[in-house]
Amino acid sequence: MTTADVLIIVGPTPSSPRKIDRAAIGFGRKATDCISGELDLLLLGPAAETASSQFAHLGARKIYTIGHADLANYTAEAYTHAVCDFTSERNYRFLGGSASSATRDYFPRVAARLGIPMASEVLEIDQLTADQAQLVRAVFVGNLLATLSISGPQILATCRASAFEVPAEEVATESPVEVVTISHALALAGKQFLSLTEQTSDRPDLTEAEIIVSGGRGTRGAEGFQLLEQLADQLGAAIGCTRAVVDSGWMPNDLQVGQTGKVVAPKLYFAVAISGAIQHMAGMRSSKTVVAINKDPDAPIFEIADLGLVADMLEAVPQLTEALKG
Amino acid sequence: MKILVTIKRTPHRDARMRVAADGKSLETGDIAFEINPFDEIAVEEALRIKEAGKAQEVVAVTVGLEVAREQLLAALAMGADRGILVNSGGAAEKQELDSLQIAKTLSAVIQSEQPGLVIMGKLATDDENWQIAPMVAELLGWPQATFASKLELSEDGKTAQVTREVDAGLEEVELTLPALVTVDLRINEPRYASLPGIMKAKRKPLDVIEIEDLGGLADLGGIGQSCVRTVSYRALPAKEKGILVDSAAALAAALKERKLV
Repeated sequence: MTTADVLIIVGPTPSSPRKIDRAAIGFGRKATDCISGELDLLLLGPAAETASSQFAHLGARKIYTIGHADLANYTAEAYTHAVCDFTSERNYRFLGGSASSATRDYFPRVAARLGIPMASEVLEIDQLTADQAQLVRAVFVGNLLATLSISGPQILATCRASAFEVPAEEVATESPVEVVTISHALALAGKQFLSLTEQTSDRPDLTEAEIIVSGGRGTRGAEGFQLLEQLADQLGAAIGCTRAVVDSGWMPNDLQVGQTGKVVAPKLYFAVAISGAIQHMAGMRSSKTVVAINKDPDAPIFEIADLGLVADMLEAVPQLTEALKG
Repeated sequence: MKILVTIKRTPHRDARMRVAADGKSLETGDIAFEINPFDEIAVEEALRIKEAGKAQEVVAVTVGLEVAREQLLAALAMGADRGILVNSGGAAEKQELDSLQIAKTLSAVIQSEQPGLVIMGKLATDDENWQIAPMVAELLGWPQATFASKLELSEDGKTAQVTREVDAGLEEVELTLPALVTVDLRINEPRYASLPGIMKAKRKPLDVIEIEDLGGLADLGGIGQSCVRTVSYRALPAKEKGILVDSAAALAAALKERKLV
Protein backbone atom coordinates (compact mmCIF):
# COMPACT_ATOMS: atom_id res chain seq x y z
CA MET A 1 0.00 0.00 0.00
CA THR A 2 1.51 3.28 -1.02
CA THR A 3 1.20 6.52 0.90
CA ALA A 4 0.19 9.86 -0.62
CA ASP A 5 3.77 11.04 -0.47
CA VAL A 6 6.08 12.32 -3.17
CA LEU A 7 9.82 11.81 -3.54
CA ILE A 8 11.89 14.13 -5.69
CA ILE A 9 15.23 12.64 -6.70
CA VAL A 10 18.23 14.85 -7.44
CA GLY A 11 21.38 13.19 -8.65
CA PRO A 12 24.19 13.63 -9.21
CA THR A 13 23.66 16.46 -6.72
CA PRO A 14 25.24 19.85 -7.51
CA SER A 15 26.77 22.04 -4.77
CA SER A 16 23.60 24.16 -4.71
CA PRO A 17 20.18 23.85 -6.40
CA ARG A 18 20.15 24.69 -10.09
CA LYS A 19 17.13 25.89 -12.01
CA ILE A 20 16.36 22.30 -13.00
CA ASP A 21 16.47 21.15 -9.36
CA ARG A 22 14.17 23.95 -8.22
CA ALA A 23 11.84 23.01 -11.07
CA ALA A 24 11.86 19.39 -9.92
CA ILE A 25 10.88 20.52 -6.44
CA GLY A 26 8.13 22.70 -7.95
CA PHE A 27 6.97 19.60 -9.83
CA GLY A 28 6.95 17.63 -6.58
CA ARG A 29 4.99 20.34 -4.80
CA LYS A 30 2.41 20.34 -7.58
CA ALA A 31 2.07 16.58 -7.14
CA THR A 32 1.68 16.83 -3.36
CA ASP A 33 -0.97 19.54 -3.80
CA CYS A 34 -2.98 17.12 -5.96
CA ILE A 35 -2.95 14.24 -3.49
CA SER A 36 -2.50 16.09 -0.20
CA GLY A 37 0.72 14.27 0.55
CA GLU A 38 4.12 15.27 1.80
CA LEU A 39 7.27 15.99 -0.19
CA ASP A 40 10.63 14.40 0.55
CA LEU A 41 13.93 14.91 -1.27
CA LEU A 42 16.54 12.31 -2.09
CA LEU A 43 19.98 13.72 -2.90
CA LEU A 44 22.48 11.33 -4.45
CA GLY A 45 26.21 11.58 -5.04
CA PRO A 46 29.41 12.77 -3.39
CA ALA A 47 28.12 16.34 -2.91
CA ALA A 48 24.74 15.26 -1.48
CA GLU A 49 25.50 15.66 2.21
CA THR A 50 27.31 18.99 2.03
CA ALA A 51 24.76 20.41 -0.43
CA SER A 52 21.78 19.34 1.67
CA SER A 53 21.72 22.61 3.63
CA GLN A 54 21.30 24.44 0.32
CA PHE A 55 18.12 22.46 -0.28
CA ALA A 56 16.80 22.85 3.28
CA HIS A 57 14.41 25.77 2.71
CA LEU A 58 12.48 24.55 -0.32
CA GLY A 59 9.55 23.04 1.54
CA ALA A 60 10.57 19.39 1.88
CA ARG A 61 9.36 17.41 4.91
CA LYS A 62 12.67 15.60 4.96
CA ILE A 63 15.89 15.37 2.98
CA TYR A 64 17.68 12.05 2.59
CA THR A 65 21.22 11.86 1.26
CA ILE A 66 23.16 8.92 -0.15
CA GLY A 67 26.85 9.54 -0.69
CA HIS A 68 28.01 5.99 -1.34
CA ALA A 69 31.50 5.51 -2.82
CA ASP A 70 30.03 3.86 -5.94
CA LEU A 71 28.19 7.13 -6.70
CA ALA A 72 31.41 9.19 -6.80
CA ASN A 73 31.55 8.93 -10.57
CA TYR A 74 28.13 8.83 -12.19
CA THR A 75 26.91 5.59 -13.72
CA ALA A 76 23.27 4.81 -14.50
CA GLU A 77 23.64 1.34 -13.01
CA ALA A 78 24.84 2.48 -9.56
CA TYR A 79 22.40 5.42 -9.32
CA THR A 80 19.55 3.08 -10.25
CA HIS A 81 20.58 0.63 -7.59
CA ALA A 82 20.76 3.37 -4.93
CA VAL A 83 17.33 4.80 -5.78
CA CYS A 84 15.68 1.38 -5.82
CA ASP A 85 17.26 0.31 -2.53
CA PHE A 86 15.97 3.51 -0.97
CA THR A 87 12.45 3.45 -2.40
CA SER A 88 11.78 -0.25 -1.94
CA GLU A 89 11.41 0.27 1.81
CA ARG A 90 9.30 3.41 1.47
CA ASN A 91 5.99 3.52 -0.31
CA TYR A 92 5.96 6.76 -2.24
CA ARG A 93 3.04 7.38 -4.57
CA PHE A 94 5.06 9.53 -6.94
CA LEU A 95 8.77 9.50 -7.73
CA GLY A 96 9.96 12.49 -9.72
CA GLY A 97 12.88 14.50 -11.01
CA SER A 98 13.88 16.93 -13.71
CA ALA A 99 14.77 15.87 -17.26
CA SER A 100 18.52 15.91 -17.87
CA SER A 101 21.06 13.69 -19.60
CA ALA A 102 21.44 11.84 -16.28
CA THR A 103 17.75 11.23 -15.57
CA ARG A 104 17.16 10.30 -19.22
CA ASP A 105 19.87 7.69 -18.61
CA TYR A 106 18.94 6.17 -15.25
CA PHE A 107 15.28 6.92 -14.48
CA PRO A 108 13.96 4.39 -17.04
CA ARG A 109 16.20 1.77 -15.39
CA VAL A 110 14.60 2.65 -12.05
CA ALA A 111 11.11 2.26 -13.56
CA ALA A 112 12.02 -1.13 -15.04
CA ARG A 113 13.60 -2.36 -11.81
CA LEU A 114 10.59 -1.30 -9.74
CA GLY A 115 8.19 -2.47 -12.46
CA ILE A 116 6.29 0.82 -12.47
CA PRO A 117 5.09 3.07 -15.32
CA MET A 118 7.04 6.17 -16.28
CA ALA A 119 6.20 9.51 -17.89
CA SER A 120 9.00 11.57 -19.41
CA GLU A 121 9.31 15.35 -19.55
CA VAL A 122 5.93 16.25 -18.14
CA LEU A 123 4.60 19.78 -18.69
CA GLU A 124 1.44 19.69 -16.56
CA ILE A 125 -0.12 17.52 -13.87
CA ASP A 126 -3.85 17.47 -14.62
CA GLN A 127 -4.77 14.95 -11.97
CA LEU A 128 -3.13 12.69 -9.42
CA THR A 129 -5.10 10.29 -7.23
CA ALA A 130 -4.19 7.13 -5.33
CA ASP A 131 -4.14 4.95 -8.43
CA GLN A 132 -4.52 7.25 -11.42
CA ALA A 133 -2.56 10.13 -12.94
CA GLN A 134 -3.23 12.42 -15.88
CA LEU A 135 -0.12 14.11 -17.14
CA VAL A 136 0.49 16.33 -20.15
CA ARG A 137 3.64 16.16 -22.28
CA ALA A 138 4.87 17.28 -25.68
CA VAL A 139 5.11 14.80 -28.55
CA PHE A 140 6.04 14.95 -32.25
CA VAL A 141 8.92 17.39 -31.89
CA GLY A 142 6.92 19.62 -29.61
CA ASN A 143 4.14 20.14 -32.13
CA LEU A 144 1.39 18.48 -30.11
CA LEU A 145 0.51 18.02 -26.47
CA ALA A 146 -0.60 14.57 -25.36
CA THR A 147 -2.54 13.81 -22.18
CA LEU A 148 -1.49 10.50 -20.67
CA SER A 149 -3.55 8.45 -18.28
CA ILE A 150 -1.33 6.35 -16.05
CA SER A 151 -2.71 3.67 -13.78
CA GLY A 152 -1.07 1.93 -10.84
CA PRO A 153 -0.20 2.74 -7.25
CA GLN A 154 3.28 4.14 -7.98
CA ILE A 155 4.69 6.13 -10.89
CA LEU A 156 7.95 7.70 -11.91
CA ALA A 157 7.98 10.96 -13.86
CA THR A 158 10.41 13.60 -15.01
CA CYS A 159 9.42 17.19 -15.70
CA ARG A 160 10.60 19.74 -18.20
CA ALA A 161 12.43 22.32 -16.14
CA SER A 162 10.81 25.08 -18.22
CA ALA A 163 7.33 24.09 -17.03
CA PHE A 164 7.69 24.20 -13.25
CA GLU A 165 9.09 26.67 -10.75
CA VAL A 166 9.36 26.98 -7.01
CA PRO A 167 8.28 30.23 -5.40
CA ALA A 168 11.20 32.60 -5.02
CA GLU A 169 10.67 33.09 -1.27
CA GLU A 170 12.25 30.54 1.01
CA VAL A 171 10.31 28.35 3.39
CA ALA A 172 11.22 29.29 6.97
CA THR A 173 11.10 25.74 8.35
CA GLU A 174 14.33 23.90 7.80
CA SER A 175 14.03 20.39 6.38
CA PRO A 176 15.74 17.81 8.61
CA VAL A 177 18.46 15.81 6.89
CA GLU A 178 19.01 12.07 7.26
CA VAL A 179 22.15 10.48 5.89
CA VAL A 180 21.27 7.06 4.48
CA THR A 181 23.99 4.43 4.63
CA ILE A 182 24.02 1.57 2.15
CA SER A 183 26.63 -0.99 3.08
CA HIS A 184 26.69 -3.14 -0.05
CA ALA A 185 28.18 -2.35 -3.47
CA LEU A 186 26.01 -0.42 -5.94
CA ALA A 187 28.15 -0.53 -9.07
CA LEU A 188 27.64 -3.02 -11.90
CA ALA A 189 30.84 -4.89 -12.71
CA GLY A 190 30.48 -4.51 -16.48
CA LYS A 191 30.41 -0.71 -16.44
CA GLN A 192 33.46 1.42 -15.92
CA PHE A 193 33.47 5.21 -15.79
CA LEU A 194 36.62 6.50 -17.52
CA SER A 195 36.41 10.29 -17.79
CA LEU A 196 34.24 13.37 -18.10
CA THR A 197 35.47 16.22 -20.27
CA GLU A 198 33.58 19.31 -19.20
CA GLN A 199 33.46 22.45 -21.25
CA THR A 200 34.41 25.38 -19.10
CA SER A 201 33.10 28.84 -19.79
CA ASP A 202 32.76 32.11 -17.91
CA ARG A 203 29.28 32.48 -19.31
CA PRO A 204 26.14 31.27 -17.53
CA ASP A 205 25.04 27.71 -18.19
CA LEU A 206 22.47 27.32 -20.99
CA THR A 207 19.83 25.83 -18.72
CA GLU A 208 20.39 28.49 -16.04
CA ALA A 209 20.57 31.61 -18.20
CA GLU A 210 17.96 34.38 -18.31
CA ILE A 211 19.16 35.40 -21.76
CA ILE A 212 20.51 33.15 -24.52
CA VAL A 213 22.18 34.26 -27.74
CA SER A 214 21.98 31.39 -30.18
CA GLY A 215 23.46 31.00 -33.65
CA GLY A 216 22.74 28.76 -36.63
CA ARG A 217 24.43 27.68 -39.81
CA GLY A 218 24.03 31.21 -41.21
CA THR A 219 26.63 32.52 -38.76
CA ARG A 220 29.22 31.00 -41.13
CA GLY A 221 31.41 29.83 -38.29
CA ALA A 222 33.98 31.55 -36.12
CA GLU A 223 33.53 35.06 -37.49
CA GLY A 224 29.80 35.05 -36.82
CA PHE A 225 30.14 33.45 -33.40
CA GLN A 226 32.67 36.06 -32.34
CA LEU A 227 30.00 38.69 -32.96
CA LEU A 228 27.45 36.64 -31.00
CA GLU A 229 29.89 36.34 -28.12
CA GLN A 230 30.30 40.11 -28.01
CA LEU A 231 26.51 40.48 -27.84
CA ALA A 232 26.34 37.79 -25.15
CA ASP A 233 29.04 39.55 -23.12
CA GLN A 234 27.11 42.80 -23.33
CA LEU A 235 23.95 41.07 -22.03
CA GLY A 236 25.50 38.57 -19.60
CA ALA A 237 23.93 35.90 -21.75
CA ALA A 238 24.68 32.24 -22.44
CA ILE A 239 25.65 31.07 -25.91
CA GLY A 240 23.60 28.41 -27.69
CA CYS A 241 23.52 26.96 -31.17
CA THR A 242 21.80 24.58 -33.56
CA ARG A 243 22.65 21.01 -34.46
CA ALA A 244 24.25 22.09 -37.75
CA VAL A 245 26.71 24.28 -35.86
CA VAL A 246 27.80 21.40 -33.62
CA ASP A 247 27.95 19.01 -36.58
CA SER A 248 30.29 21.49 -38.32
CA GLY A 249 32.55 21.50 -35.28
CA TRP A 250 32.11 25.23 -34.68
CA MET A 251 30.71 24.75 -31.17
CA PRO A 252 30.77 21.88 -28.62
CA ASN A 253 27.81 19.53 -28.20
CA ASP A 254 26.77 20.85 -24.79
CA LEU A 255 25.67 24.15 -26.37
CA GLN A 256 23.14 22.53 -28.71
CA VAL A 257 19.53 23.63 -28.22
CA GLY A 258 16.77 21.47 -29.63
CA GLN A 259 15.03 18.11 -29.61
CA THR A 260 18.25 16.19 -29.17
CA GLY A 261 20.15 18.84 -27.25
CA LYS A 262 18.95 21.01 -24.40
CA VAL A 263 15.43 22.31 -23.91
CA VAL A 264 15.59 25.90 -22.69
CA ALA A 265 13.06 28.56 -21.75
CA PRO A 266 14.90 31.78 -20.89
CA LYS A 267 13.26 35.20 -20.58
CA LEU A 268 14.91 36.28 -23.81
CA TYR A 269 16.17 34.10 -26.67
CA PHE A 270 18.03 35.52 -29.65
CA ALA A 271 17.83 33.21 -32.68
CA VAL A 272 20.47 34.57 -35.00
CA ALA A 273 20.87 33.18 -38.52
CA ILE A 274 18.72 30.22 -37.46
CA SER A 275 16.15 29.23 -40.06
CA GLY A 276 13.93 27.45 -37.55
CA ALA A 277 13.92 23.70 -38.14
CA ILE A 278 11.19 22.10 -36.00
CA GLN A 279 13.88 20.14 -34.14
CA HIS A 280 15.49 23.40 -33.01
CA MET A 281 12.19 25.09 -32.18
CA ALA A 282 11.27 22.12 -29.98
CA GLY A 283 14.12 23.16 -27.70
CA MET A 284 13.37 26.87 -27.35
CA ARG A 285 9.75 27.63 -28.18
CA SER A 286 8.81 28.08 -24.51
CA SER A 287 11.17 31.07 -24.22
CA LYS A 288 9.24 34.10 -22.93
CA THR A 289 10.44 36.40 -25.71
CA VAL A 290 12.04 35.25 -28.96
CA VAL A 291 14.05 37.65 -31.12
CA ALA A 292 14.89 36.45 -34.64
CA ILE A 293 17.53 37.96 -36.86
CA ASN A 294 17.70 36.37 -40.29
CA LYS A 295 18.32 37.63 -43.78
CA ASP A 296 15.64 35.32 -45.20
CA PRO A 297 12.24 36.95 -44.56
CA ASP A 298 10.56 33.56 -45.14
CA ALA A 299 12.57 31.73 -42.46
CA PRO A 300 10.14 29.70 -40.28
CA ILE A 301 11.73 31.13 -37.13
CA PHE A 302 9.80 34.36 -37.75
CA GLU A 303 6.55 32.43 -37.15
CA ILE A 304 7.39 32.09 -33.46
CA ALA A 305 9.40 35.31 -33.03
CA ASP A 306 8.04 38.14 -30.89
CA LEU A 307 10.49 40.57 -32.46
CA GLY A 308 12.03 40.05 -35.88
CA LEU A 309 14.68 41.78 -37.92
CA VAL A 310 15.36 40.83 -41.53
CA ALA A 311 19.07 41.54 -41.87
CA ASP A 312 22.51 40.03 -42.40
CA MET A 313 23.76 39.09 -38.96
CA LEU A 314 27.33 40.18 -39.74
CA GLU A 315 26.04 43.75 -39.93
CA ALA A 316 23.06 43.68 -37.59
CA VAL A 317 24.64 41.97 -34.57
CA PRO A 318 27.52 44.48 -34.05
CA GLN A 319 25.02 47.33 -34.51
CA LEU A 320 22.72 45.79 -31.91
CA THR A 321 25.58 45.24 -29.45
CA GLU A 322 26.60 48.87 -29.89
CA ALA A 323 23.04 50.19 -29.54
CA LEU A 324 22.54 48.19 -26.31
CA LYS A 325 25.62 49.80 -24.76
CA GLY A 326 23.92 53.21 -24.68
CA MET B 1 29.54 -11.74 -32.54
CA LYS B 2 25.94 -10.94 -33.31
CA ILE B 3 24.59 -7.38 -33.09
CA LEU B 4 20.91 -6.73 -32.54
CA VAL B 5 19.39 -3.39 -33.52
CA THR B 6 15.87 -2.23 -32.76
CA ILE B 7 13.67 -0.41 -35.24
CA LYS B 8 10.57 1.72 -34.71
CA ARG B 9 8.18 2.78 -37.44
CA THR B 10 7.63 6.52 -36.94
CA PRO B 11 5.96 9.30 -38.93
CA HIS B 12 8.44 11.09 -41.19
CA ARG B 13 10.66 13.43 -39.17
CA ASP B 14 9.29 16.54 -40.88
CA ALA B 15 5.63 15.48 -40.93
CA ARG B 16 3.23 17.96 -39.36
CA MET B 17 0.97 15.79 -37.25
CA ARG B 18 -2.64 16.90 -36.85
CA VAL B 19 -5.18 15.96 -34.23
CA ALA B 20 -8.24 14.13 -35.57
CA ALA B 21 -11.71 15.54 -35.00
CA ASP B 22 -12.30 13.26 -31.99
CA GLY B 23 -9.36 14.88 -30.15
CA LYS B 24 -8.16 11.41 -29.19
CA SER B 25 -6.26 10.28 -32.23
CA LEU B 26 -4.04 11.62 -34.99
CA GLU B 27 -4.71 12.01 -38.68
CA THR B 28 -2.26 9.65 -40.30
CA GLY B 29 -3.94 9.19 -43.68
CA ASP B 30 -1.46 11.24 -45.71
CA ILE B 31 1.55 10.80 -43.44
CA ALA B 32 4.65 9.01 -44.75
CA PHE B 33 6.42 6.70 -42.31
CA GLU B 34 10.10 5.92 -41.94
CA ILE B 35 12.57 4.16 -39.68
CA ASN B 36 12.96 6.34 -36.60
CA PRO B 37 16.01 8.45 -37.66
CA PHE B 38 17.99 7.46 -34.56
CA ASP B 39 17.31 3.76 -35.23
CA GLU B 40 18.65 4.25 -38.75
CA ILE B 41 21.86 5.53 -37.15
CA ALA B 42 21.86 2.39 -34.97
CA VAL B 43 21.60 0.17 -38.06
CA GLU B 44 24.44 2.07 -39.70
CA GLU B 45 26.67 1.69 -36.65
CA ALA B 46 26.01 -2.05 -36.51
CA LEU B 47 26.82 -2.42 -40.21
CA ARG B 48 30.09 -0.54 -39.79
CA ILE B 49 31.13 -2.84 -36.95
CA LYS B 50 30.32 -5.85 -39.11
CA GLU B 51 32.20 -4.38 -42.07
CA ALA B 52 35.20 -3.84 -39.81
CA GLY B 53 35.18 -7.59 -39.21
CA LYS B 54 34.13 -7.36 -35.57
CA ALA B 55 30.65 -8.84 -35.97
CA GLN B 56 29.24 -11.57 -38.17
CA GLU B 57 25.53 -10.86 -38.16
CA VAL B 58 23.21 -7.87 -37.77
CA VAL B 59 19.64 -8.66 -36.74
CA ALA B 60 16.95 -5.96 -36.88
CA VAL B 61 13.95 -6.28 -34.56
CA THR B 62 10.72 -4.34 -34.34
CA VAL B 63 7.71 -4.62 -32.07
CA GLY B 64 4.61 -3.36 -33.76
CA LEU B 65 1.95 -3.98 -36.32
CA GLU B 66 2.34 -5.85 -39.62
CA VAL B 67 2.88 -2.53 -41.45
CA ALA B 68 6.23 -2.15 -39.66
CA ARG B 69 7.51 -4.85 -42.06
CA GLU B 70 8.20 -1.92 -44.39
CA GLN B 71 10.75 -0.44 -41.96
CA LEU B 72 12.36 -3.83 -41.32
CA LEU B 73 12.77 -4.24 -45.08
CA ALA B 74 14.40 -0.80 -45.17
CA ALA B 75 16.90 -1.96 -42.53
CA LEU B 76 17.56 -5.17 -44.49
CA ALA B 77 18.04 -3.05 -47.62
CA MET B 78 20.69 -1.00 -45.79
CA GLY B 79 22.50 -4.27 -45.11
CA ALA B 80 21.09 -5.95 -41.99
CA ASP B 81 21.11 -9.75 -42.38
CA ARG B 82 17.84 -10.78 -40.79
CA GLY B 83 14.62 -9.25 -39.50
CA ILE B 84 12.25 -10.12 -36.67
CA LEU B 85 8.81 -8.58 -36.45
CA VAL B 86 7.09 -9.12 -33.12
CA ASN B 87 3.47 -8.58 -34.05
CA SER B 88 1.65 -6.84 -31.21
CA GLY B 89 -1.54 -6.50 -33.25
CA GLY B 90 -3.39 -9.51 -31.88
CA ALA B 91 -2.68 -9.22 -28.18
CA ALA B 92 -2.80 -5.50 -27.93
CA GLU B 93 -5.94 -4.95 -30.03
CA LYS B 94 -6.12 -1.20 -30.30
CA GLN B 95 -4.58 -0.73 -26.89
CA GLU B 96 -1.09 0.70 -27.14
CA LEU B 97 1.71 -1.18 -25.43
CA ASP B 98 3.50 0.99 -22.89
CA SER B 99 7.28 1.40 -22.71
CA LEU B 100 7.77 -1.28 -20.07
CA GLN B 101 5.79 -3.82 -22.09
CA ILE B 102 7.82 -3.07 -25.20
CA ALA B 103 11.03 -3.26 -23.18
CA LYS B 104 9.97 -6.67 -21.84
CA THR B 105 9.14 -7.88 -25.34
CA LEU B 106 12.51 -6.75 -26.69
CA SER B 107 14.29 -8.29 -23.70
CA ALA B 108 12.62 -11.63 -24.41
CA VAL B 109 13.83 -11.49 -28.03
CA ILE B 110 17.33 -10.51 -26.90
CA GLN B 111 17.46 -13.38 -24.42
CA SER B 112 16.59 -15.81 -27.16
CA GLU B 113 18.94 -14.28 -29.77
CA GLN B 114 21.85 -13.71 -27.35
CA PRO B 115 23.66 -10.93 -29.20
CA GLY B 116 26.93 -9.54 -27.82
CA LEU B 117 25.80 -5.99 -28.44
CA VAL B 118 22.40 -4.28 -28.72
CA ILE B 119 22.34 -0.90 -30.45
CA MET B 120 19.28 1.33 -30.24
CA GLY B 121 18.42 4.90 -31.22
CA LYS B 122 18.64 7.30 -28.28
CA LEU B 123 15.02 8.33 -28.70
CA ALA B 124 12.04 7.83 -30.96
CA THR B 125 11.01 11.01 -32.73
CA ASP B 126 7.26 10.41 -32.32
CA ASP B 127 6.63 10.02 -28.59
CA GLU B 128 10.09 11.19 -27.45
CA ASN B 129 9.89 9.05 -24.32
CA TRP B 130 13.64 8.25 -24.03
CA GLN B 131 12.68 5.17 -22.01
CA ILE B 132 12.92 1.81 -23.70
CA ALA B 133 16.69 1.32 -24.03
CA PRO B 134 17.61 1.80 -20.34
CA MET B 135 14.57 -0.32 -19.40
CA VAL B 136 15.82 -3.16 -21.61
CA ALA B 137 19.35 -2.92 -20.17
CA GLU B 138 17.94 -3.06 -16.63
CA LEU B 139 15.64 -6.00 -17.39
CA LEU B 140 18.63 -7.89 -18.79
CA GLY B 141 20.96 -6.75 -16.01
CA TRP B 142 23.33 -5.37 -18.66
CA PRO B 143 25.56 -2.30 -18.59
CA GLN B 144 24.49 0.55 -20.86
CA ALA B 145 25.97 3.57 -22.57
CA THR B 146 23.35 5.99 -23.84
CA PHE B 147 23.78 8.94 -26.27
CA ALA B 148 26.93 7.56 -27.87
CA SER B 149 28.87 9.75 -30.29
CA LYS B 150 31.68 7.20 -30.58
CA LEU B 151 31.72 3.42 -30.14
CA GLU B 152 34.84 1.30 -30.35
CA LEU B 153 35.09 -2.42 -29.72
CA SER B 154 38.31 -3.77 -28.27
CA GLU B 155 40.49 -6.05 -30.42
CA ASP B 156 39.40 -9.11 -28.45
CA GLY B 157 35.73 -8.10 -28.80
CA LYS B 158 35.13 -8.33 -25.08
CA THR B 159 34.66 -4.67 -24.25
CA ALA B 160 33.41 -1.48 -25.87
CA GLN B 161 34.65 2.02 -25.21
CA VAL B 162 31.94 4.62 -25.67
CA THR B 163 31.96 8.42 -25.77
CA ARG B 164 28.66 9.84 -24.54
CA GLU B 165 27.24 13.28 -25.24
CA VAL B 166 25.98 14.51 -21.85
CA ASP B 167 24.76 17.87 -20.53
CA ALA B 168 28.17 18.81 -19.14
CA GLY B 169 30.24 17.73 -22.15
CA LEU B 170 31.65 14.36 -23.17
CA GLU B 171 31.85 11.27 -20.98
CA GLU B 172 33.86 8.13 -21.66
CA VAL B 173 32.85 4.74 -20.33
CA GLU B 174 33.89 1.16 -20.87
CA LEU B 175 31.35 -1.64 -21.11
CA THR B 176 31.96 -5.35 -20.77
CA LEU B 177 29.86 -7.18 -23.36
CA PRO B 178 27.07 -8.14 -23.60
CA ALA B 179 25.97 -4.53 -23.37
CA LEU B 180 23.49 -2.02 -24.71
CA VAL B 181 24.37 1.23 -26.46
CA THR B 182 22.10 4.01 -27.71
CA VAL B 183 23.38 6.24 -30.47
CA ASP B 184 23.30 9.99 -30.92
CA LEU B 185 23.30 12.00 -34.13
CA ARG B 186 27.00 12.57 -34.51
CA ILE B 187 28.19 8.97 -34.39
CA ASN B 188 27.69 8.42 -38.13
CA GLU B 189 25.81 9.43 -41.26
CA PRO B 190 23.49 6.57 -42.27
CA ARG B 191 23.88 5.23 -45.80
CA TYR B 192 21.12 5.13 -48.37
CA ALA B 193 19.96 1.69 -49.42
CA SER B 194 21.26 0.79 -52.87
CA LEU B 195 18.98 -0.65 -55.55
CA PRO B 196 20.66 -4.09 -55.34
CA GLY B 197 20.33 -3.78 -51.57
CA ILE B 198 16.60 -3.21 -51.89
CA MET B 199 16.25 -6.21 -54.24
CA LYS B 200 18.28 -8.43 -51.90
CA ALA B 201 16.28 -7.37 -48.85
CA LYS B 202 13.20 -9.15 -50.18
CA ARG B 203 15.03 -12.47 -50.07
CA LYS B 204 16.50 -12.04 -46.61
CA PRO B 205 14.88 -13.95 -43.71
CA LEU B 206 12.15 -11.99 -41.95
CA ASP B 207 10.43 -13.86 -39.13
CA VAL B 208 7.08 -12.79 -37.78
CA ILE B 209 6.39 -13.78 -34.17
CA GLU B 210 3.02 -13.20 -32.56
CA ILE B 211 3.64 -11.48 -29.26
CA GLU B 212 1.64 -14.07 -27.30
CA ASP B 213 3.84 -16.82 -28.74
CA LEU B 214 7.04 -15.14 -27.60
CA GLY B 215 8.88 -17.49 -25.30
CA GLY B 216 10.79 -15.87 -22.49
CA LEU B 217 8.21 -13.24 -21.58
CA ALA B 218 7.05 -15.42 -18.71
CA ASP B 219 10.54 -15.23 -17.18
CA LEU B 220 10.15 -11.47 -17.08
CA GLY B 221 6.91 -11.76 -15.13
CA GLY B 222 4.71 -11.76 -18.23
CA ILE B 223 3.94 -8.78 -20.39
CA GLY B 224 1.50 -7.36 -17.83
CA GLN B 225 -1.10 -4.68 -18.31
CA SER B 226 -0.57 -1.49 -20.24
CA CYS B 227 -0.41 1.22 -17.57
CA VAL B 228 0.14 4.24 -19.81
CA ARG B 229 -2.48 5.36 -22.32
CA THR B 230 -2.74 8.51 -24.41
CA VAL B 231 -6.26 9.78 -23.81
CA SER B 232 -6.18 12.94 -25.90
CA TYR B 233 -4.08 15.20 -28.09
CA ARG B 234 -4.23 18.91 -28.59
CA ALA B 235 -2.37 21.44 -30.68
CA LEU B 236 -0.08 23.92 -29.01
CA PRO B 237 -1.81 27.17 -28.09
CA ALA B 238 -1.35 29.64 -30.95
CA LYS B 239 1.34 32.20 -30.38
CA GLU B 240 0.52 35.88 -30.80
CA LYS B 241 2.01 37.25 -33.97
CA GLY B 242 5.23 39.14 -33.41
CA ILE B 243 6.36 42.38 -34.98
CA LEU B 244 9.12 43.09 -37.48
CA VAL B 245 11.45 46.01 -36.86
CA ASP B 246 13.52 47.58 -39.63
CA SER B 247 16.91 48.14 -38.02
CA ALA B 248 19.22 46.98 -35.25
CA ALA B 249 18.68 50.33 -33.53
CA ALA B 250 14.91 49.84 -33.59
CA LEU B 251 15.39 46.32 -32.18
CA ALA B 252 17.51 47.67 -29.34
CA ALA B 253 14.88 50.32 -28.62
CA ALA B 254 12.09 47.72 -28.58
CA LEU B 255 14.06 45.48 -26.19
CA LYS B 256 14.68 48.42 -23.84
CA GLU B 257 11.05 49.55 -24.04
CA ARG B 258 9.91 46.06 -23.04
CA LYS B 259 12.49 46.08 -20.24
CA LEU B 260 14.00 42.85 -21.58
CA VAL B 261 17.58 44.10 -21.40
